[in-house]
Amino acid sequence: MSTSNLTGAEIILKALADQGVEVVFGYPGGAVLPIYDAFFQQNQIKHILVRQEGGAVHAAEGYARSTGKVGVVLVTSGPGATNAVTGLTDALMDSIPIICLTGQVPTHLIGNDAFQECDTTGITRPCTKHNYLVKDVEDLSRVMHEAFHVARSGRPGPVVIDLPKDVCMAETTYTPMEKINLSKYQPRVKGDLDKIKAAVEMIASAKKPIFYGGGGIINSGPGASQLMTEFVNLTGYPCTLTLMGLGAVPASNKQFLGMLGMHGTYEANNAMHDCDVMIAVGSRFDDRITGRLDAFAPNAKKIHIDIDPSSINKNVKVDIPIIGDIAHVLEDMIKVWKSTQVKPDAAALKQWWSQIAEWRSIDCLKYDQSGDIIKPQHAIQRLYDLTKDQDTYITTEVGQHQMWAAQYYRFEKPNRWMTSGGLGTMGYGLPSAMGVQVAHPDKLVVDISGEASFLMNMQELSTISQYNLPVKCFILNNFYMGMVRQWQELLHGKRYSESYMESLPDFVKLAETFGMVGLRVTSVDDLDDLIKEMISIDRPVIADVQVDQKENCYPMIPSGAAHNEMLLGPDDKADNPVSEEGMVLV
Amino acid sequence: MNKDEPINSHTMSVLVDNEPGVLARVVGLFSGRGYNIESLTVAEVSDENNLSRITIVTSGTEMIIEQIKAQLGRLVPIHRVSDLTLEGPHVDRELALVKVGCTGDQRVESLRIADIFRARVVDSTNESFVFEIVGDTGKLDAFIDLMRPLGLKDISRTGVAAIARGTASL
Repeated sequence: MSTSNLTGAEIILKALADQGVEVVFGYPGGAVLPIYDAFFQQNQIKHILVRQEGGAVHAAEGYARSTGKVGVVLVTSGPGATNAVTGLTDALMDSIPIICLTGQVPTHLIGNDAFQECDTTGITRPCTKHNYLVKDVEDLSRVMHEAFHVARSGRPGPVVIDLPKDVCMAETTYTPMEKINLSKYQPRVKGDLDKIKAAVEMIASAKKPIFYGGGGIINSGPGASQLMTEFVNLTGYPCTLTLMGLGAVPASNKQFLGMLGMHGTYEANNAMHDCDVMIAVGSRFDDRITGRLDAFAPNAKKIHIDIDPSSINKNVKVDIPIIGDIAHVLEDMIKVWKSTQVKPDAAALKQWWSQIAEWRSIDCLKYDQSGDIIKPQHAIQRLYDLTKDQDTYITTEVGQHQMWAAQYYRFEKPNRWMTSGGLGTMGYGLPSAMGVQVAHPDKLVVDISGEASFLMNMQELSTISQYNLPVKCFILNNFYMGMVRQWQELLHGKRYSESYMESLPDFVKLAETFGMVGLRVTSVDDLDDLIKEMISIDRPVIADVQVDQKENCYPMIPSGAAHNEMLLGPDDKADNPVSEEGMVLV
Repeated sequence: MNKDEPINSHTMSVLVDNEPGVLARVVGLFSGRGYNIESLTVAEVSDENNLSRITIVTSGTEMIIEQIKAQLGRLVPIHRVSDLTLEGPHVDRELALVKVGCTGDQRVESLRIADIFRARVVDSTNESFVFEIVGDTGKLDAFIDLMRPLGLKDISRTGVAAIARGTASL
């Protein structure tokens, strides 16, 4: 392509190529036809045709989360853009870098209520990190490159570029990335060294310390996870991870206490409650983590490392905030730790570890797999046992199965775990798995799903089939919206209002209509065979794993309770029934 | 978090790119996150760099004010956020146009008060005046209160513009 005279659509494709984009998830429509025409005339960038725009964004999220690259979406104006809104919000909440190109009616029709017109930048303003409406083709090259820079720098997030059709057809010269001035958005990456030194001193003096790591470590890149593990090992301190942080420290690490939070482990939550120094690394003190705020780690001094200044002191006041990229800050911290030759209080730590061992001995994740009915925990345990020897990527939907996956599937590496944490989007897992599989065609990709979530985006089975993406859908089918049912059981007098689904599809036949393989298991004795068969098939599979309908997800911090007020199982009743304040919490 | 923390009013100056939608971003941030806007003004201040200056008067606990600044700071078109209330002495001014409908003694009284407040008459009919008054918010409030019994008809206020005292610039 000559750089002298390109159409807007060609500039878009050229900018994508220059940004190293390999694949775009999209769905055509009137307003983006010029861009699709440009797609047709090139071979460099692959296009995956989804079945609904929401699927495109989740697929791009899965792609981005599993590779660390920016995920790219292309949708048309109006309904194309509005369908993308859930995915954009999901990406914003979980800090996933996404570029979403949306078609728009030609500039002279904007504001006229034209066919398939909507105020895309208005609608997406609160659910993107930034957005652009390109009204002049002369701005297009700059906006394209700036958008990628914004999406991936600092705290990553989704960026929308709204592209009127006439702008895509107008011609101008292309400006390459190197000639664009990106200086106006340069988030701080290096942490303040004085604060790092003060933090190291505080960490070294701890008697009951804990590392509390989150998704920011994953976003900072695989190097950050290595440094995190190195620092955890160096200190010998216990470490817990949030839902979004799983994999940042290997689950097999002896200092790892499991996930914390509402369905976190007994040892992780109690250690958080009792600690005297908390080192929050790329985590954001979300309400699922803290439980009742006024009882959150009441005796702890808190250090908080985060790239986003607005995460600091948002929910919990901290003693030492360090703003910077996790990898940079941890690198400096380790250097300071080594050079000052700190000597942690061995006696106190020994006592702390023996307290933790006591909590661990409760074995809070135990469950009773007796009888023929498959316990959902057991299904995930077996899935883990039978897939742990290969490099497996797991996505999930949202609900009980998601929490069980987080509890029983053990992640050794970052970027292997894709879940909708902040927004809690049912229907995330299937399209996300699709995106992961596109990025890693030879790897095992499993969507651990619930039957209700699965139905929310199952149109994407058609996409999976078209590209023969060997995604494995591992559906824990309990015929209920399990988490809704659990809350109704615990908080609403077992009045199971609208949480049971009649007329579910026959998942085996469903698989067959899409040209996939369908499997079903109802007896625990056949579970292993099903899993082995599923992973041995080099094609997409839907596995209908029919599990105990009444099983609840434990341990659990009831709404409005503190970390040390966990329910361990169905026989464990809270001392105080859930407070009125707790009832209003989600 | 202590629920009894004091709520204070803060005046912030925000330097932004003068581009479409930037004000919507700021206003949307405040409404979306439940912050107060007591006053908001915006105008271009640098043609060559294409910059506008927004002055916001808001209120909240210390933690909320800190959040507001951090949230504003991470909007891409925002260059600088300055909390004038915290950063030392500053001047804040507002302009109001105040219409008073009155005749006879009340006309004389309204002119007398306007003189005390150094308000100027910018329009006059046999039954009305429009006064222009400049000052801080408290002064304008006081003037308006005094005009109320004299036949206050209409008020248009610009909202607060503020700037730091001394040599410091945004």
